[in-house]
Amino acid sequence: MGRLRLFVPLVAFALLAVLLFRGLSLDPTALPSALLDKPFPAFTLPTLGSDTPRSRDDVIKGPALVNVWATWCYSCRVEHPFLVELAERGIPIVGLNYKDEPTKARQWLVDLGNPYSDNISDTEGVLGLDLGVYGAPETYVVDASGNVRYRHVGVLDSAVWEGELSRFFSQEAAP
Amino acid sequence: MRQMLLVPVLALLTSMAWAVIETYEFSSLENESRYHRLSQELRCPKCQNQNIADSNAPIARDLRALLHRQLEAGASDEEILAFMVERYGEFVRYRPAVNQQTAVLWIFPAAAVAVGLLVLIIHLRRRQRVPRQPEPSETELAGLRAALAESSGAGKE
Amino acid sequence: MLAEVGHFSLIIAFVLAVLLSSVPLWGAWRRNTAVMLLAPSLAIGFFVFLATAFGVLAILFLQDDFSVKVVASNSNTLLPSIYKFSAVWGNHEGSLLLWVLILSGWMVAVARFSRGLPEIVLTRVLSVMGIIAVGFTAFALFTSNPFERLLPGTPGEGSDLNPLLQDPGLIIHPPLLYMGYVGFSVPFAFAIAALLGGQLDAAWARWSRPWTNVAWGFLTLGIMLGSWWAYYELGWGGWWFWDPVENASFTPWLVGTALVHSLAVTEKRGLFRSWTVLMAIAAFSLSLLGTFLVRSGVLTSVHAFAADPDRGLFILIFLGLVIGGSLTLYAVRAPTVASRVGYRAISREALLLFNNLVFCISALTVLLGTLFPLIMDALGQGKYSVGPPYFNAVFVPLMALLVPLMGLGPVSRWKQDSLPRVWHELGRPALVIVVVSLLAPWTLGEFNLWIALATLLSLWLALGLIKDLLHRTRGASGFGSKLARLTPSYLGMWCAHAGFAMVVLGATVVTQNAVERDIRMAPGDRQSVAGYEFELMEIDRVSGPNFVADQARFSVWQGDRKITELTPQKRRYTASGQVMTEADIDAGFFRDLFVAMGEPVGDAAWAIRLQYKPLIRWIWLGALLIGFGALTTAFDRRYRARVARDLVTEQAAELEVAAASHG
Repeated sequence: MGRLRLFVPLVAFALLAVLLFRGLSLDPTALPSALLDKPFPAFTLPTLGSDTPRSRDDVIKGPALVNVWATWCYSCRVEHPFLVELAERGIPIVGLNYKDEPTKARQWLVDLGNPYSDNISDTEGVLGLDLGVYGAPETYVVDASGNVRYRHVGVLDSAVWEGELSRFFSQEAAP
Repeated sequence: MRQMLLVPVLALLTSMAWAVIETYEFSSLENESRYHRLSQELRCPKCQNQNIADSNAPIARDLRALLHRQLEAGASDEEILAFMVERYGEFVRYRPAVNQQTAVLWIFPAAAVAVGLLVLIIHLRRRQRVPRQPEPSETELAGLRAALAESSGAGKE
Repeated sequence: MLAEVGHFSLIIAFVLAVLLSSVPLWGAWRRNTAVMLLAPSLAIGFFVFLATAFGVLAILFLQDDFSVKVVASNSNTLLPSIYKFSAVWGNHEGSLLLWVLILSGWMVAVARFSRGLPEIVLTRVLSVMGIIAVGFTAFALFTSNPFERLLPGTPGEGSDLNPLLQDPGLIIHPPLLYMGYVGFSVPFAFAIAALLGGQLDAAWARWSRPWTNVAWGFLTLGIMLGSWWAYYELGWGGWWFWDPVENASFTPWLVGTALVHSLAVTEKRGLFRSWTVLMAIAAFSLSLLGTFLVRSGVLTSVHAFAADPDRGLFILIFLGLVIGGSLTLYAVRAPTVASRVGYRAISREALLLFNNLVFCISALTVLLGTLFPLIMDALGQGKYSVGPPYFNAVFVPLMALLVPLMGLGPVSRWKQDSLPRVWHELGRPALVIVVVSLLAPWTLGEFNLWIALATLLSLWLALGLIKDLLHRTRGASGFGSKLARLTPSYLGMWCAHAGFAMVVLGATVVTQNAVERDIRMAPGDRQSVAGYEFELMEIDRVSGPNFVADQARFSVWQGDRKITELTPQKRRYTASGQVMTEADIDAGFFRDLFVAMGEPVGDAAWAIRLQYKPLIRWIWLGALLIGFGALTTAFDRRYRARVARDLVTEQAAELEVAAASHG
């Protein structure tokens, strides 16, 4: 009986080792959106196309991607061509121009192409704060009921699309 | 005349571990100390383990400004934390909420001490097999001293 | 060419380690003395080749050999030479090499200073350390080779050492820390050797104690240096952040503290044998765990080296084998029969048992807090963060548990003590202390429970220490003969406990009473903080060897008297473009004055942080005292040969003291 007690540390360590092993395949820096399965936040903001403020339900008609971008963000420039490609495939993408200058943003879209059906102009970052944005680029998946289903932080490329996002759009036209 | 002084300037280069010094003004000393405390309790969502007080990331700056606004608007600590958690998740709290999920974290120290003390007391009771011994008498001490003198004499190098 | 020499040396060292970990152990099993005696030579050989490899790496850095990958990633021609040298361990690969080098150093020390040890014990100890060495050398060779080349395409210039690391504090902080971490491998090896040999007695404890104390002392100094460095380098006056990497060094320290005390009991009274062995295994296991956490990327930290799950897996497997193996050995071979020696509830044994309780639970609490985010994530419960607010909330009360009993420790008697005696000795002064402690916070403004408790702990401890010191030196006349009465072991204990009191007091006062002002200042502005006036005279441009800076010049006044000038800087390092704040500090025994620059805010003004930090130096001075005390104990005569006689003499001395107190 006394001998059995001495095995407790070993058992405890075994559990710890399992935990650490599991930890190796996790990413401690990954932060899923706090709004998963919750409605996309309501807002009334102008868009790049018109200065009159528009509401969420007017701009975002799901299912769609909402892409957070800015002209000061280098990675956004990197992912932009792929976004254009996705748009050509018929995937609806709404842009969220985050803490940027509308004039610069509009020029950017003229220069590099515009994959966005609409582009929310969030110059102060108010919507970004409600959405839980912490850095561009980020891409959200909003479903038909207007709920956030997924968030990807970082550059959106074909690997990310195939692996993480395309499953929400299985009904859309295939490439 | 309370004015919020303009704060930081350029979002500069790569982030590193140095504190940002904000020059906010507060309507009361209490708000100022709450600001200091809460800005150390809120985690910067983007950084490598820093609170929003210490980080110079743009999001940290925005959250500090938000914190200041809410404090001045009269929100309570719970309201502010709930607001942040709603948008960024539990991740953003350095002091985890006390609820069912975090129960083990908050209960463990006190529980471990209680259990430990219990075990200690039981163990000590078992050990009291030693009868109270009287202090050594003078004769005993003299005898010991003599034995010592002998042995240390013999052992000198 | 040189890099290949280094690489080759490392390979030879690896082979020697493999031999060391297997052959002498076989010799011990077979009781073959000739084979057993190979152990010390193999250990020395291992050290020589490892030192060569390390030396080569240092030369590569000093010579700016950018064809070697680590040199290119971590150094720069503009870097001052001393930092080129410290850059050797400012990265994952080099620091790992340092780790193994220090391990080999400890092995040589054990081989050299173990005259009184039976050969079979020495053999087993060195072989166990050899097993550890095999793991880490393999890790270096196969996953983190410091001699990897960048050919073709050797860059003409290196990236630079992270400016944060370009600092004298950082030159000695890792080596000291590793001396501690790695040093715990010695009591660990002694414990394993004892389990293998089936001999767990007071002799084993006596052999282990000096090594444990020295390793623990170095760990104390290493942690202290890290804290002090963070304070003056990171720019905002913090000195402990409960960051996972810091916790990774703190948990072994906490268990090490328990171990140091537990070993004392096992040596003196033959008690707690099983428990002490477990502590010895646990202390080193936590060191290994720390190594894993820092290098695997499993936890986020500002301190962590570049994360690499593959490397993490290697370390984890190694961890599993070493810790799993030793805990299995423990479970199977540790004694279950408790010794028949008894002790009463009021006795030094009981107090030290309580010490172990507090420190072990503290270690587990810190470990739980550090791993909690990982646990929740692994269970799919979401992402959580556990930081300073949590740790401070739970750790401080745990330490407060020590308050009532720690002062009794040094005066308490082994085996049997009595409350009446304690009251007689310490009762009246204790009452005075309680009153003083309740009043003390008022000197700083208002009542504060934590300051009262900290004062109580420190004064209580000081009382016990001073009383005991007077006791021991009673009867001897003259300073010299009084000093002769005090063994290094006692002096070390005395200093370490006094140091602890200083740390507790310093940490509590600075946490509760520091003053911080963040304000906008332009040249000509004056600001008052805690009775000191800070006047900003001017801001101009200066340049250093590898940076350009904006420097503010402050005059600091106390009343009418100017006490000093402070010149904080905002530096921009040329190579990397990184910007850093370099605070300036007026250090004092009773307080620090701290000034740092933030951002420029409009015409000629800057955001400035001014801080008043009372008693903050006591934290590090106290820790220095603890470390010094711990290292001193190793010089005690009873740890050297000629055991029997010395033990008798010491026990006689204790009897004398006992008799004197009745006389």
